[in-house]
Amino acid sequence: MTSYPENLKYMRSHEWVRVESNGEAVVGISDHAQAALGDIVFVELPEVGTIVHLRNEIAVVESVKAASDVYSPVSGEITAINEELLETPEMVNKVPYDGGWFYRIQLSDETELDDLMDAETYSDFCDEN
Amino acid sequence: MPIHYGSQVEEHNCVRTAAGVFDVSHMTVIDVDGEDATAYLQRLLANNVAKLKVLGAALYSAMLDENGGVLDDLIVYKTTSGYRLVVNCATRVKDLKWMAKHASGFSISVQERPNLSILAVHGPLAISIVCKILEKNEFLGNDSGEKVRTLKNFQSIKLNDWFVARTGYTGELGLEVILPSEQAPSFWDALLDEEVKPVGLGARDTLRLEAGMNLYGNDMDENTSPLSANMNRTIAWEPDDREFIGRDALKNHQLEQKAGNLAVLVGLVMEARGVLRNGQKIICTELSGEIAEGFITSGSFSPTLKHSIALARIPANTESCQVLIRDNLIPLRIVEPGFVRFGKKIFT
Repeated sequence: MTSYPENLKYMRSHEWVRVESNGEAVVGISDHAQAALGDIVFVELPEVGTIVHLRNEIAVVESVKAASDVYSPVSGEITAINEELLETPEMVNKVPYDGGWFYRIQLSDETELDDLMDAETYSDFCDEN
Repeated sequence: MPIHYGSQVEEHNCVRTAAGVFDVSHMTVIDVDGEDATAYLQRLLANNVAKLKVLGAALYSAMLDENGGVLDDLIVYKTTSGYRLVVNCATRVKDLKWMAKHASGFSISVQERPNLSILAVHGPLAISIVCKILEKNEFLGNDSGEKVRTLKNFQSIKLNDWFVARTGYTGELGLEVILPSEQAPSFWDALLDEEVKPVGLGARDTLRLEAGMNLYGNDMDENTSPLSANMNRTIAWEPDDREFIGRDALKNHQLEQKAGNLAVLVGLVMEARGVLRNGQKIICTELSGEIAEGFITSGSFSPTLKHSIALARIPANTESCQVLIRDNLIPLRIVEPGFVRFGKKIFT
């Protein structure tokens, strides 16, 4: 059963973002995305300090099936990356919303969040596609 | 057969460490019987069925067209009444037409067996589990287990209307069981009860690639010489007067090969991060220093080795090669095709 946590916002290209209390946000890919990709074997992450703009390619996920770009759902500066994914990329399959996070970002424009989907809208979007 | 039943990598690992079952009933079983069966297959196949001295023995062969292109690759088993062939699924119609076309003048019967299923059970525990199940009264009972347990590699045995062979496509010990389709579900269930895991097409592909085995349609087809597909050893040139289809063309391929003009199928290893994939361009530096191109015919992440491996067709005189992945040129190691056997790395 695909899960869509209520406390996240989602982009059409299947990234999620979770806003933290300190103005930072955490980004990953959705349960729907990891299931579609199949077993993930490599994740390429940006460097800390990278300035990224909305919908820029920021990471790459390689599964046994395909390589897939990850687009940033928000603009800002990367403040941390999940280095555990370099050694255990399967975390993205197992816990996409938890240990499978990709990076933390200092948001430069919080209004971008308004254009993202909530869980219900995203769930409907996945069902339709 | 689905791509996977859950996780392709877990299914792959299960075959390398325990046992998995593949429902490969889509493959085509064809029985060739009659007094000219041997002569017919000696004409039809690039390998020589006369090598099959004992009942049940098996061999791998290419079936070539007149141009020496590979129409299909297959396994032939020697049976009491003739031979049993197992050919690919996507090539079924083409193969049957080809076989019919070349049957004239031979006293043979060519019969497809659509009512049989094939369950391939592979992994270090596979043989003992299959034998334990076969011995049960609801299956073959009695000493069937012992008969299968003592089969040698590339040997098969017929037990009632079941056919069990020590052949496979994974580089692990295992059996291919060809059985009446109506009995396949209960045998499948019995395997699952013994903790044998169902394995999908995805893991079948990574397992065979680790084993260095060709996949028809990827690594060779009608436009490929078997000499350019690492199949040299499956061509039976002796005896000299066996006129198998494609022989004359292959002689020309041999001349090209000697002149260094025939591309070769090699193994590639990439230990850097990233995944080699089918169709990727390989940039080759030839001994002369010239730059030439090759391409990956089968590429994947190897779940056993935890890095990428591939089969690739490259110029024969390649000294070194690289692949371009996301603007990075990554050096590759060229090895003999064959990466994993019995769960262990086999290349150096």
